[in-house]
Amino acid sequence: MDNLAERVKRASLADTQFTRSVIGPGHTHSTVTDKISSIVLERGTPKGWWIGLFVASFGVSILIASIGYLLARGVGVWGINVPVGWGFAIINLVWWIGIGHAGTLISAILLLLRQEWRTSINRFAEAMTLFAVCCAGIFPLLHVGRPWLAYWLLPYPNTMGTWPQFRSPLEWDVFAISTYATVSLLFWYVGLIPDLATMRDRATSPALKVIYGIGAMGWRGAARHWERYETAYLLLAGLATPLVVSVHTVVSYDFAVSVIPGWHATIFPPYFVAGAIYSGFAMVLTLAIPIRAFYGLKDFITARHLENMAKVILATGLIVAYGYAMEAFFAWYSANPYEKGMFVQRTSGPYGNAYWALILCNVLIPQLLWLRKVRATPWMLFAIALVVNVGMWLERYVIVITLHRDFLPSSWGRYTPTIWDWGLYLGTIGLFFFLLLLFVRFLPMISIFEMRTLVPKSQRLQQRLEEFEDGTSEP
Amino acid sequence: MNEHQAESLEPLAPKTSAERREFLKLAGASLALAGASACTRQPLEKIYPYARRPENLVPGRPLYFATAMPWTSGALGLLVESHMGRPTKVEGNPDHPASLGATDVFAQASVLDLYDPQRSQVVSQAGRIRTFEAFGEALQTALAAEATRAGAGLRILTEPVTSPSLAAQLRQVLAKYPRAVWHQWESAHRDAERNGLLLAMGQDLAVRYRFDRARVIVSLAADVLGPGPGSVLAARQLTQGRQAFGPGGQRLIVLESALTLTGAKADRRVALNGPALARVAGAIALRLGVKVPNFTAGPDELALAHEIADELSAARGECVVVAGQGAPAELHALVAVVNQALGAAQKTLSYGPLPVVEPAECTTSLQQLMAALGAGSVETLIILGGNPIASAPADVDLAQAMTKVPMSVHLGLEVDETASACTWHVPMAHFLEAWGDARAFDGTESIIQPLIAPLYDGKSALELAAMLAGASSTRGYDLVRAHWSARLSKDPAAFEASWRQALHDGWVGGTSQAAQVVQASPARIDLTKLATPSSGMTLQFTTDAATYDGRFASNAWLQECPRPLTKLVWDNALHMSSADAERAGVGTGDLVQVEVGTRKLELPVWIQPGQADGVWSISLGYGREHAPAGFRAESLRSLVAPWMAPVKAWSKVGRKHALITTQEHALTEGRDLVRVLRGKDHKEEAHGAAGGAHGAHADTSMYPPFPNLTSNSKQGYAWGMSIDLDRCTGCNACVVACQSENNIPVVGKEQVAVGREMHWIRIDRYFEGQADAPEVHFQPLTCMHCEAAPCEVVCPVGATVHSDEGLNDMVYNRCVGTRYCSNNCPYKVRRFNFLLYSDFKSESKKAQRNPDVSVRSRGVMEKCTYCVQRINAARIEAKKAGRPIQDGEVTTACQQVCPAQAIQFGDINDPNSAVSKAKAREHEYALLAELNVRPRTTYGPKVKAVPASEASPH
Repeated sequence: MDNLAERVKRASLADTQFTRSVIGPGHTHSTVTDKISSIVLERGTPKGWWIGLFVASFGVSILIASIGYLLARGVGVWGINVPVGWGFAIINLVWWIGIGHAGTLISAILLLLRQEWRTSINRFAEAMTLFAVCCAGIFPLLHVGRPWLAYWLLPYPNTMGTWPQFRSPLEWDVFAISTYATVSLLFWYVGLIPDLATMRDRATSPALKVIYGIGAMGWRGAARHWERYETAYLLLAGLATPLVVSVHTVVSYDFAVSVIPGWHATIFPPYFVAGAIYSGFAMVLTLAIPIRAFYGLKDFITARHLENMAKVILATGLIVAYGYAMEAFFAWYSANPYEKGMFVQRTSGPYGNAYWALILCNVLIPQLLWLRKVRATPWMLFAIALVVNVGMWLERYVIVITLHRDFLPSSWGRYTPTIWDWGLYLGTIGLFFFLLLLFVRFLPMISIFEMRTLVPKSQRLQQRLEEFEDGTSEP
Repeated sequence: MNEHQAESLEPLAPKTSAERREFLKLAGASLALAGASACTRQPLEKIYPYARRPENLVPGRPLYFATAMPWTSGALGLLVESHMGRPTKVEGNPDHPASLGATDVFAQASVLDLYDPQRSQVVSQAGRIRTFEAFGEALQTALAAEATRAGAGLRILTEPVTSPSLAAQLRQVLAKYPRAVWHQWESAHRDAERNGLLLAMGQDLAVRYRFDRARVIVSLAADVLGPGPGSVLAARQLTQGRQAFGPGGQRLIVLESALTLTGAKADRRVALNGPALARVAGAIALRLGVKVPNFTAGPDELALAHEIADELSAARGECVVVAGQGAPAELHALVAVVNQALGAAQKTLSYGPLPVVEPAECTTSLQQLMAALGAGSVETLIILGGNPIASAPADVDLAQAMTKVPMSVHLGLEVDETASACTWHVPMAHFLEAWGDARAFDGTESIIQPLIAPLYDGKSALELAAMLAGASSTRGYDLVRAHWSARLSKDPAAFEASWRQALHDGWVGGTSQAAQVVQASPARIDLTKLATPSSGMTLQFTTDAATYDGRFASNAWLQECPRPLTKLVWDNALHMSSADAERAGVGTGDLVQVEVGTRKLELPVWIQPGQADGVWSISLGYGREHAPAGFRAESLRSLVAPWMAPVKAWSKVGRKHALITTQEHALTEGRDLVRVLRGKDHKEEAHGAAGGAHGAHADTSMYPPFPNLTSNSKQGYAWGMSIDLDRCTGCNACVVACQSENNIPVVGKEQVAVGREMHWIRIDRYFEGQADAPEVHFQPLTCMHCEAAPCEVVCPVGATVHSDEGLNDMVYNRCVGTRYCSNNCPYKVRRFNFLLYSDFKSESKKAQRNPDVSVRSRGVMEKCTYCVQRINAARIEAKKAGRPIQDGEVTTACQQVCPAQAIQFGDINDPNSAVSKAKAREHEYALLAELNVRPRTTYGPKVKAVPASEASPH
């Protein structure tokens, strides 16, 4: 009886230790390098990758067609109108920008907080950020009535003596998003340099050697390189950290600065930032769970990673839920008839279904993450992550569509997206996966050198576990 | 000059002498070359330098010419703005008795008819293009044959003619061909009114109202503010009455079946079906001491009638009762007697001759023509204007009957149903491009002078009539002059002077016809037939706010102008009350098949608040072949029952028709948008739920007040607008006037369906109260030109900026089209060119545009500018004269056209300006003032008049 109880206890302890490790058992420096770099250099191109690329290319074709038709006819091909002057373009802009946030958070903030578990997912999350920003950037450029003049938003000296209007939140967006894109790109690239050197060294084809070599910028792994690299990376992390907060804050100003009921709310910046991290982590999970299964990377992206991300999702989801609650509260507490009217319309108006779907996706279903069983089951996590992605898209939809019923009931209208709205949206999803597939095929998707730094600790842990299993030591 | 310009000029200046020589050499060479090329390429055609310009014609400065728009119920005097010989904008003629400076929506849109690219452009015979000479020969052949039989086979069909010279020509035709017959027909005829007055007075008369002198006006389904030129004067008179009697001093009581503009304006409105209306009218008459035989009414009806009758008798001599166009003759006769009993004659109304030169009963006239066509005795049928085949009721199959006619001629603006049914079609000259004359409601005659030569060599009815009469000249100018020289003066010099005077003034002095003192006799009026309740549904036909009777069916401005009460565009619909719709189990947009007599038609349902139960109504003038919008209600109409017909049967079709409206939500949701002063002393303001927040807090901003409004620096102009909701009748004239003035494109039904209409001024229509007895509010909305404009701060490129005179300017060239400004506009008055809406291709459209206003392209935001081009035109004049702009010198297009004078515009820095005085009124309010955007447009509240017995003295 005792014996049995002891065995159960031991087993569960061992299990806990395994799940809490950030790298699978039995890995040495060389196995880590082999495993990650072989995906790019040795294993060849799996058939699944080709299928994925084909589907994604189809999406890119839709994107090109949608952009072409849009430029030929004008933004009237979309469902936007007066009063709903913004539609899918802004919804998708905010959605994509939000998704990008997880990458920066994982790379920069978790780095500064010395959260080691971030190591195996940061590269990949940063790439996701970059591609999400690419997709996001398409929308503000194309959503203007005369896209060929969009450069007028940039402050550049010109013969007309004109200057952008700096009080406009859209102008702030220009700087926020372009800074974000630049820093994200730099951060991702700087982080890649040591690994590009590894790839260069391990590549057998001369062409690849040259290409990776150029990317590696002469990295030799010298101590001085490492020292400078560490400094640069930390500095960039420091620079990127405020961006996690600032970008979505500025994006939220697009709404919060306006006078429109349902938009004009002080809760917007924090609630947008939380929402961005929420959707970003959901997207990391959405991508990481299939990829780790497909490429057999369960040793590197372990159950502990998944669980930690699930916890972040749960926490930020609660902040978002608080935001929704506050909107409802202030609709009542402000005694503002327009605010109240907005909330009534939002919950029971023509788009009321979207609101309740959003509550279901963003507030109710993610509460399952309180259960450890759910956090430890990848397919459940994957399903919840998908639900959160949909929910966060719905949130932006609900916010933008708030325009349909504002102050004067006479000007109330409707918004129905057209096939070209969907085309551009699906097109950017296609582009996102297209870029992501190229990334996993041609670059190490997990930071090799950072993973290597985890190996000694993992080995120690492993040793202790084995001793414990043999009964030579107490945990 | 700013720095940029200075810098850019610098490199062009020659720096050294060598460069200067170089330049001179080049200049010399190019001169020589230019000379050489001129020698080789001289055009063969002669060109003329603009050395001697026509008198008064200064490029860039418009000229105004007086003319008139003909209507069968009396012409509307106009002043037409002409830019370098192109008429671009129609205004009312302030000196004309029917216009008084304003126009209706149709006159505003008439300029588009002129330039309509789909106008008929060529003479055709059976669809083949022919020359006008060929037509002339064919006509002469036919006339020669007619001459042998004294014109026995010649028939002429016109609309009722108000043109004295046309009537004179037609009389000559009849004199030349004694057996020929002239028929007159129009769809929205006034036979009942004419017959009713014949019944009561024994002679042909028209009523002229003086609503400005009436304290109590009772309308028995009379839509005096509705479609038609009469609404212009009626609206002005109501405004004058409101001024004369003070707020709430004039009471408008309307009894009607279908909600009309007049009903919407009413202080008391009761929805009644036709028989009930007749019973109430009879009871009112009885109460006022008029004998009505064989008459009974229900207790509710009696109570209502007694209340109304008591109000009327309390205002004896200062009240008037009006019967509608669709009311039966007996009711018109009864109303004439009641008015006599109330002492209205010579005070609030008078009687005079009809404006129609040769009054005829349209119904019998058309019947006679049909009989002749049926008998096969018609050899030559000349249709001068109109589209009788489409406008004729279904039981008059004119197209079928005409197949037997060897020579039928249609003179028309469009290739319409009648054109295709005739053997010949001749393009008609628009009234803006042909000489003519026309009588107004009071007999005042105007000479119609053309603003432009006929665009497509069209002929006027007068010219064609002269061809028939065999006149020596068939030029419109000669014909009109000949007619008037006979009437004005035989002396050429004196004639020339009075001719010029008449052209200048827009009307001929001394032509108005004095009112006649007539006695109405009550004995012959029998209401029994009218007052008998009918079982089942009644279908009512009404004239339409956009097409009138179909004559404007192809006018895109009118089709896209939201109908005042439904805000529908590009369609008509079967109006029914919500109770009827519920009983029938149908909703808005559901198609129902309606059977009247032997005829069936599928119509979409529109649930209309205020519609009487048991009465469905549909407006005329849609479903034309050349303008396929809406449903041709005429195909359910019969000649003998033109306005009301019993519905024999109806059934649900099971399909829907997309009815498109520009205002989907008709309730104010308890928001403080339209203020109404109610109660005995008209002091109580109606507050919605937002009442607590109402009132501007102009001083609670952290920003300083608008610069030139601060008390110590009141300098320069500060433009502002005030709209008096108590005067606005919701007639839409401002909407189309703005469209015409500001080159606003038409977007089509599909684009309106997705919320992309482009009107810079819209009229919001709200219903309040019960669905069966709603109060209707109209609220015109332009750009408010907020001093703290929310649109300006959010534009990333500064394309919308504030002028120092307080205008919210829109810089089209700078706009990249983020639409953020529109999102952030609390009033949603901004309009965006989602696609390329402006027509840059049609040649004729180019001529129609106002050259002072940019034509906007795709991807650009636009909105009301307070007619900045007019402000600047006035500024130039004032600067030249070295004086400030005077009050009243700048009128916006919407202000100028408004028949009710509801809009005031001017400098609010000038305390004596009309707009400052309007804004200083006690209850003047700003819409959404609580947002603190400080709009420059403010509103005067509506006043709901109570019966004089309840009102406290002022």
